[in-house]
Parts: sequence; C-alpha cells; structure tokens
Amino acid sequence: MTKSRLTRRGVLRTGAAMGGVLATPTLFTGAAWAQDSGFTNAPTGSTVTLGFNVPQTGPYADEGADELRAFELAVEHLNGEGDGGMLQTFSSDALEGGGILGKKVEYVTGDTQTKSDAARASARSMIEKDGAVMISGGSSSGVAVAVQGLCQEAGVIFMAGLTHSNDTTGKDKKANGFRHFFNAYMSAQAMAPVLEGLYGSDRKAYHLTADYTWGWTQQESIQAATEALGWETVNNVLTPLAATDFSSYIAPVLNSGADVLVLNHYGGNMVNSLTNAVQFGLKEATANGKDFQIVVPLYSELMARGAGENIAGIPGSQNWDWKIENQLGDRYKGTNAFVQSFGEKYGFPPSQAAHTCYAQTILYADAVQRAGSFNPCAVAEALEGYEFDGLGNGPTLYRASDHQCFKDVVVVRGKENPENEFDLVEIVEATPAEKVTYDPEHEMFAGGNLGECNPGA
Amino acid sequence: MLGLNTKDTWLLVIVALMTLFAPFLLNPFPANSSLAQFNAGYPDLMQRFVIFGIFAIGFNILFGLTGYLSFGHAAFLGVGSYAAVWMFKLLGYNVVPAIILSVIVGAVFALLIGFISLRRSGIYFSILTLAFAQMSFALAYSVLTPITNGETGLQVYTSDPQYFQRSGAPDIPHFFGLEMRATETLRMGGWSFDINAGYYLCAAVLLVAFYMAIRLFRSPFGMMLRAVKSNQQRLNYTGLNARPYTLAAFVISGMYAGLAGGLMASMDPLAGAERMQWTASGEVVLMTILGGAGTLIGPVLGAGFIKYFENIFSKINDGVLHGWFGFLPDGIENVLVTVVHPFVGKGWHLTLGLLFMLVVIFLPGGLVEGGQRIGKYVFRRRGRKAGGAEAEAARKQPAE
Amino acid sequence: MDAILLQILNGLDKGSAYALIALGLTLIFGTLGVVNFAHGALFMIGAFCAVTLQRILTISYETVDDSRTDFLGNPMTVETPYVQAWFGPETGATIIDWSVPLAILFAIPIMLLVGFVMERGLIKHFYKRPHADQILVTFGLAIVLQEIIKYFYGANPIPTPAPDVFSGSFDFGVLLGFDPGAIIYPYWRLVYFVFAMAVISGVFAFLQFTTFGMVVRAGMADRETVGLLGIDIDKRFTIMFGIAAGVAGLAGVMYTPINAPNYHMGMDFLVLSFVVVVVGGMGSLPGAVLAGFLLGILESFASMTAVIDLIPGINQIIIYLVAIIVLLTRPRGLMGRKGVMEE
Repeated sequence: MTKSRLTRRGVLRTGAAMGGVLATPTLFTGAAWAQDSGFTNAPTGSTVTLGFNVPQTGPYADEGADELRAFELAVEHLNGEGDGGMLQTFSSDALEGGGILGKKVEYVTGDTQTKSDAARASARSMIEKDGAVMISGGSSSGVAVAVQGLCQEAGVIFMAGLTHSNDTTGKDKKANGFRHFFNAYMSAQAMAPVLEGLYGSDRKAYHLTADYTWGWTQQESIQAATEALGWETVNNVLTPLAATDFSSYIAPVLNSGADVLVLNHYGGNMVNSLTNAVQFGLKEATANGKDFQIVVPLYSELMARGAGENIAGIPGSQNWDWKIENQLGDRYKGTNAFVQSFGEKYGFPPSQAAHTCYAQTILYADAVQRAGSFNPCAVAEALEGYEFDGLGNGPTLYRASDHQCFKDVVVVRGKENPENEFDLVEIVEATPAEKVTYDPEHEMFAGGNLGECNPGA
Repeated sequence: MLGLNTKDTWLLVIVALMTLFAPFLLNPFPANSSLAQFNAGYPDLMQRFVIFGIFAIGFNILFGLTGYLSFGHAAFLGVGSYAAVWMFKLLGYNVVPAIILSVIVGAVFALLIGFISLRRSGIYFSILTLAFAQMSFALAYSVLTPITNGETGLQVYTSDPQYFQRSGAPDIPHFFGLEMRATETLRMGGWSFDINAGYYLCAAVLLVAFYMAIRLFRSPFGMMLRAVKSNQQRLNYTGLNARPYTLAAFVISGMYAGLAGGLMASMDPLAGAERMQWTASGEVVLMTILGGAGTLIGPVLGAGFIKYFENIFSKINDGVLHGWFGFLPDGIENVLVTVVHPFVGKGWHLTLGLLFMLVVIFLPGGLVEGGQRIGKYVFRRRGRKAGGAEAEAARKQPAE
Repeated sequence: MDAILLQILNGLDKGSAYALIALGLTLIFGTLGVVNFAHGALFMIGAFCAVTLQRILTISYETVDDSRTDFLGNPMTVETPYVQAWFGPETGATIIDWSVPLAILFAIPIMLLVGFVMERGLIKHFYKRPHADQILVTFGLAIVLQEIIKYFYGANPIPTPAPDVFSGSFDFGVLLGFDPGAIIYPYWRLVYFVFAMAVISGVFAFLQFTTFGMVVRAGMADRETVGLLGIDIDKRFTIMFGIAAGVAGLAGVMYTPINAPNYHMGMDFLVLSFVVVVVGGMGSLPGAVLAGFLLGILESFASMTAVIDLIPGINQIIIYLVAIIVLLTRPRGLMGRKGVMEE
C-alpha cells in the first residue's frame, strides 16, 4: 500500500471548516468539537441514556416485548419510582433510587429483528444518534455476538440479554461485553445428574440439532455431559433453521435404536419439533425395554406456552424461574420482590428473559455507581470478579477472565396439569454453581480473547 | 458536461449537492427537541441510505431496463460483504482492496448465476435467481460456517493474520489512515450535525455509480436493453442475440450489488448471512418499484424511504409518544398514544405495508411520479413547462 | 425399505400442504393473471380462524376461588368456559376439543368473504397493471394482514391441538408385514392427507364437470374471446378468487394441529409455494399439485441421515436445487403452458 499524506484529522478539519463556512457565524456557538471526555457518549447533562435493543418483529417479538417490560421496570426502580423491586434485596447498597450517579436514567429502544445486521444498525443508531452509554437486550446468540463486537469497537458497554451459546463468552468474548445468562455448557452440566437420576446411566441418545452455531455448541455440550454419564450417542442430525415441519427428522428416531431424543432447538424450531415428536407418539413409545424420553436442554416460558400440553414431563434447564424462591427458599431471594413488582405492573409473572435483562440493567447501574464513572473501562473493572447476591439467582460471580456469570442453574420439567398459561413448568432442582463452573480455557470456550477494554472516543 | 446532456447534468448536480449536504438536510430538527426523533442524519443511517441507493441503482439497471426481475440479488451483496471482510482478515483494514475485491467477486458470482438463469425468462428466471440466492443463504448459515462464520456473521479477530496491516494503522476499517468511523459533530445553536468520513466515502462512490448509470441509460447499450424489454422476439428476428446484452446487464448489476456489500462491510466490518436471504432480495425489488422502476433517481428514493422507516419508526416507543403528546390533557394524550401506538415501534412493519399499498395504488409510477405530480402542480401555477430530466426519463420509460 | 416408506409418507404430508397452497396460487394466477404475494397470508388467516374459534369456544366467566391464591398472593380467579356451563362439563369439553374440525365450518364463510373483499376492493384494480405493481401491492397487503394478526394474537406460536381421538399414531408397519413400530404415522397427518386429496379432487371436479368450471377454464385459456361471447367473466373470476382463498384457508385450518400457528407462517410458506408453482409450470393446476408432492417427498428423502452423510447440507437446499434442475431441463416447469409469464 502506498504511503499517504492524508491524515484523519486533516481531512476532518477540512470537512469541519467547510461546515463552519457554510453555517452562518452567528449560529456558531463555539464548541464545534465533540467534548473530550475520554470515552464514548459521556453523559453531560442531568440524564444518562441506555439503549435497549430487543426483537420487536419476527418470531421472537413476544420475548422481546417481555424484555422491554423488564427494562422499563428496571429504569423505574433506578429512578426511585415504584416499589424498588430487586434493588431492595440486592447485596450492594450503592444504588439509592436517585438515578445513576445522580443522573436520571432515560432509555431508547430499537428492533433487532433477530438479524445481526439489523441489530447492529439499531445499536449504532442508539450510540451515534441517541448517545447511549450502554446497550442491552437481544434474544439470540448471533445477535448478541454481533452487537457485542460493535460495542467493543464503539467503546460502550454491552450487557447481553438472552444468549445461550458458549461462544458469547468463549470464542467471541469481548472486554466490553458481559453476560448474566447461563450457557449451553452450564445447561448440560446441570442437566446431566438430573437426567441420570430420572433415566439412568444406560441410555442411547438421538440428537436433533438446529444447524447453526448455537445449536452446535448446545449439542456438543450435552453430548459430552451425557457421555460422561455413560450414555451413548446414536446419531446427531442437523436440521435447517428454516424447517417448520420436522416429521421427516422425527420419524426415523424410533427405529434408530435410541431411547432418548434430545432436541437442541430453540424458539419456533423447538415448538414445532417437540409437537411433531409427540405426534409421532414418542412419549408413549418404548425402546430397548425402556420408556422413550424426550429432552429439551434449553427451556423458555414462551416456548413452553407455544408447545402447550406437549411439554408435560419433559425436562430442560432455565436460567431462572419465577417460582424458585417460594419452592427452594431464601437462597434465591429477590425473586419474589421482582415477581411482585413485575406482576403488579403487567398482570403476569416475568419470563427468564425479562429477569436477565432486569438484572443486567441493575448490575450495570450498580457498577457505574461503585466505579464513580460511566467510563466503560471503569465499569468493566467494577464488574470483573464482582460477587453479589439478592438478584434471584443466589450468590453469583461475574468472572473476570471471561465476563460470564456463575450461579445456580434451574432444572425444570413440564407440568402434567398446569393451572394457567404462566405456570407450565415445575422446578426439579437447582444445580449449584460449583457443579457448572468450568475453566476459562475449557476446550469448548478456548480460542477467544477478551482484548483490552475500549473506552472509545 | 462529462458527456451528459443538460438535464442529466442538472440531475447529477442535484444529487451531488444533496449527498454533500445530507448531514445537514437530514437533521432538520434541533437535537433536544421532541421532533429530533425524526432526524436521520447520523452516520449509520446516512451510510445505509447511500449503500442501499447503490444497490438499488444496480438492480434497476437489470430490472428497469431489461425487465428481468431478479429475486436473488441479495446474494451478490452478501458475497461482496464476505469478500470484503476476508480482505480485512487477510490483508489489513484498508478499505480499498476490500471494495475492489467485493466488486470482482460480485461480478464473478453474477456471471455464473446469470449465465445459467438467463436461459429462462419471466417468472422462471425470477425463481432461478431466487433458488440460487436461497441456496447461498442456507449454506452460508450452516455448512459453509468455516468460511462465513454462520449465524454469528464473519468478523475480524485479533488472531487474524492481516499481513499488510502496518503498525500504527487504525484497528478499524480506514481509507489510507482515515478511519471510516471518524465523526466530528458540529454544534450550531440547538442543532448538531455529524460529519462522518465513512459516509463521504460512500457518497463519493454513489456519485460515481450514479454517473455511470446515467451514461449507461443513455448509451446505445442501454437502448439495446430497452429493446429486450419491449419486445425480445422482434429483437431476435432482426438477427440479434439478446443474451449477451442481458448477461452484461446482469453482471453489471451484480457488480453494483457487490460494491454495496463491500461498502457495507467497510462501514461496519461484519458480514451476516441474513444479507442473502430472500427477504433481503425482496427488499431491493420493493425499493426499486416503490421509487419508480426504470427511472434514474427512483431506486435511490425507494431505498431511502424503506431504510428510513426501518430505522426511525422502529425506535418510537410509548415513552416517546407520551413525550410528544404530553402537552395535551391526559385523556386526549392517552387516546392519541393508543391510536398511534400500533403504527410505530414494534408495529413499524404495519406502517411500511400500508405505505407500500398506498404508493402503488395512488402513484403507479412510484415516488418519482409523486415528485412529478408535485412538480407539475408547482410549475403549472408558474405557467412553465413541467418536468426536469427525471420527468423526461420517466415519461420515456413508464415504470414497470 | 421401511425408512424409505416412512419418508414417502412424510413427503405426502408435506406435499399436501404445498399442493393445497400452490393450487390456490395457480388458480388465482391462471384465472386472473395476478401474482398474489398475499396468498401465504390467506393460509395464515385460515390457521387463525381455528385459533379464533378455539378462543371463542373458551370464552369464560370468572369466579373467585378464595381457597387458592395466584402468583401475587391474591385470591385466584378461576375461568370456566361458557360452553361448559351451557352444555355441561363433559359435552363442553368435547366441543372445545373438536374446535379444529369445527373451525372448517367457521373458516369457509370467512375465507370466502376475505377473498371477495380482497378481489373486489383491491386486486380488481390491478388486472391491467404490470406484475411488479401486483407484487408490491399484494406484498404490502400480506404485511398488513400479518401485522394485524400479530397485534391481536402476539408473535408466539399458539397451540391448537387436534381432537383427542386423533392424537395417537397408526402402525402401518404391521399392515405391511414389518415389525410393529417400524412405520408409525400420526392419525392427524393421515387426516390431513385425505383432506387435501378431497379438496384437490373437489376443485378439479368443479372445474371439469360444471358449466361454471368450463367457462372459467375457457377464460383461463383465452379471456378476451370469452368476454366477446358476452359472458360476464369478471364475476366468475371473483368467485374463483374466493374459492382460492378458501382452499388456502382450509389448508391453514387443518395445518394448525401439525404445527402451532404463528403470525409469520404465511411468509414461511410464501416463497416455497412460489417455487412449487413455478416448478409445476405456470398456469397448470395438475402441475402445481404434482410439483407439491414431488418437492415434499424429495425434501423428506433429503433429510434422511444416509443422504445427509453423503452430501452435507443437502437438506438445506434440496427444494431449490430441484427447482433449478427442473427449470433447466424443462423450460416451462413440469407442465407449464407456453407464453405464460415468460416475459
């Protein structure tokens, strides 16, 4: 490449000067340069803007709507309105309901469309146009990784929403990105002992896997965990994302010699594949002299609702469940406070997506408060290695080496006779955090590099 | 000037002025006013306007002139993006080789797909192009993940070789040291304007692309393409084979798409597979028809229209609505918010769908026809002859 | 062998859905010459007729049960559907259970009405307009329709199970002398296949054996001449549009127990059904049906493990690959007529 004399500043000065000439001098009120605060979008006035980027169109729109409700609630609580929710039970007392660092919290929303491109466009508009210092939300790993990369480049903090792929805090981890939600590996580790208890250690598993990155990491994780129990993996079939009818993938399962079907699907894929599996009578079938079983490693309330009565008895894992404090006790304090304020406001209990988004917003605000600055590097430092409690998951650690939260994982199964559409799963047990903790250089997470925190500007 | 007639020169000059002053024109409202929600003058959206403008101009060269409706043009944009990001990964962050390669890759893909698809015409051609694009999308999302990074989208990692990245050069896409993200904000009174380096690079490329499109429209080659559209059979009887011409048009429009893809990756170095999905191909078809197929400026207007709604309307939430109507008494405020609510935020698709219908019902020639009608109205009152170059072009080439 | 038979069954089922949608699309295209991008939306509306009927049948009155509490600790409100109160719990539950088959009766008038309104109010004005304009306006309409559904029903899939009687599966294997359990197939999918065949034969019989059908077929072949003969072809075409909408709607109603419907399902089927129509050949009704079953069966075969192991990713692209091969070997699809939509 040739060496060029054009420098960035030089060109910009020319551009700025041109702009200056064009503007009538009387309008020109001095500071033509962006303020030099040392980081992107430093809040200058009496408010601070957060960006909530959730799917509002497409198949995950309802999940996005629930995330948005949680964000609104979190903002209310941060500004000292409402009943305070989990702020009352949160182990840190830094936040007092007066906004963040005395600045009132405002927010902007956008639509990710569950597409990397659209999500990045939306996040960029929040950063460039609205001056957001933090981006949060999202309902898929592809989007989370894409937006996390953007936030790293732009110099703002990304507090991931619902993203379950190992890559988000593995291969694609970034210094400016943080994940509260659990991941595929943790799901698998949490479910393995439960599966052993329910179905024994002599099982043959048949996997159907959504053919994209999240599906692969989910399948890899659960295969490793179940094989460690002594299970055998008969087959793993990759299904297209666009598939709506899974009959041709389900039909051969019964004759394959397998006695467990693992559906590594999410969202609409999971609803359809499970519905199809039940239609083909897999739930009542027997194989190898045992009752045939279906396992869905990652559950969500909305999926459960979509699958209806088909989920009865089917085990899966969740990041959190709104009944956990009532059933498993005080260790999960914060849950009831959150369910109370969410339920009062919206009339139904929150989903795990809503919970993780609420928690992420509170955690960010708290980190800023403790750091005494909105500077992403200061915030990241405050979050790294931070141990907290009272946000509904029990004692939790934000690990410094990969920005992943470590906490108990809830193993659930579909209720046989649900009382209403919000009470579809029952908690089997909560697997303690130690059991799901892994080495940051574990082979399923290796290859990534947090890099340096980027304050931008 | 530049081999153009007066009207075309004026059109080019107007487009040039509009792109030059876009940061000002698109930010008409003071930054702190409640109408600032409608400001579109921030770097990302301005870049998108221009990039999709290029994409639509290219598509129009095929569709507007020859009448061949490709439903798989997004594939070329996608491969262009992948090519560009691979250049960043292998060579370094300078955008020039990335953009050049993306055009070449777009052309090669268009040549392959066009050579096969153009054996058929009409809807059979459309479905062939659709099939190729959907195959590219499905494979890029799944099996080709080692090349495309699948669902996540191809991005640059610190561990990538970047053989020609000099130490000290910016760590994000740059044009010989000028960072594409570099933005300076001019504040004048309550207004603020973003002067963005990446935008001006895209705008310069747009002007070149637009100029070339005008030349092509007015050239004998363009004439041949129109002949293909009006009556291919007659063309065949005169002893001319239309295929080389249509294939050339297909490849040229593939290059435009590849260029748009390369620019997109240069502004934001991540290439996602969704760029190749049929919805993306459909979007450029809609942009072109909406703006006015066969006209020069129409596709650019259509692109701006759709991207504006996607990015501005999707961000209006109830909080914003209450902000706007807050000055009204509570009862009226709530009624207004309830009425507007379904059309903004998560309902932006609804507004877009309604507008598609309204435009096509009342303005058969697309937005350009709307402009013409306003123009006629204004000029008639002044007793002058209507139209500019654009009206002329549109009259010659009724939208189809 | 049993695996192949099983996939043929699966393919027939998938093919039924494709064929039904493609049939309606071809009817509209063949009679009216309109490219209808809103046809997927009609399928979706049909499915939501079933959802709506289910909702209507479960309209409930609320009683407060003080002995139980809801999640907030307030006394629980218990909902009892009116039908259960009127007809007794047993009969009421059975009526709700049968909501999907009942929805057929519910959907027919609604779909015909939607079809008539669409044709008279919008499509009629686009007969003479270029195909591009038709695409834009019907695509806009499709978006509007699905957004309206989304506004009222949300984006999440809504489970609409088949009646309990059909919930099991049928053992074909025993019938054909295989081991028990080798080829089992859900009853409802068999119902769907039989239903699809009935609807398809009904439409063909209607076109073939009635005077009305004869005129319509004549109109498809040469609209102008039929008009010159003094026959009001427009009115018949409106009715054909209604019928096409009805076929799409019924396909949607019956599809709901197979996959829980969501507002987006029309768009998912739209592109596929266009591929089916074109592979079948523009303007050919038998072609559309044949192509529907052909693509359904090939898609099922492509998802067999043995095939995927041989050609990775084939299950992702099979439909498009077949479309390309067919269109390159047979210029107008399987049974297309010359000169239709070739410009």
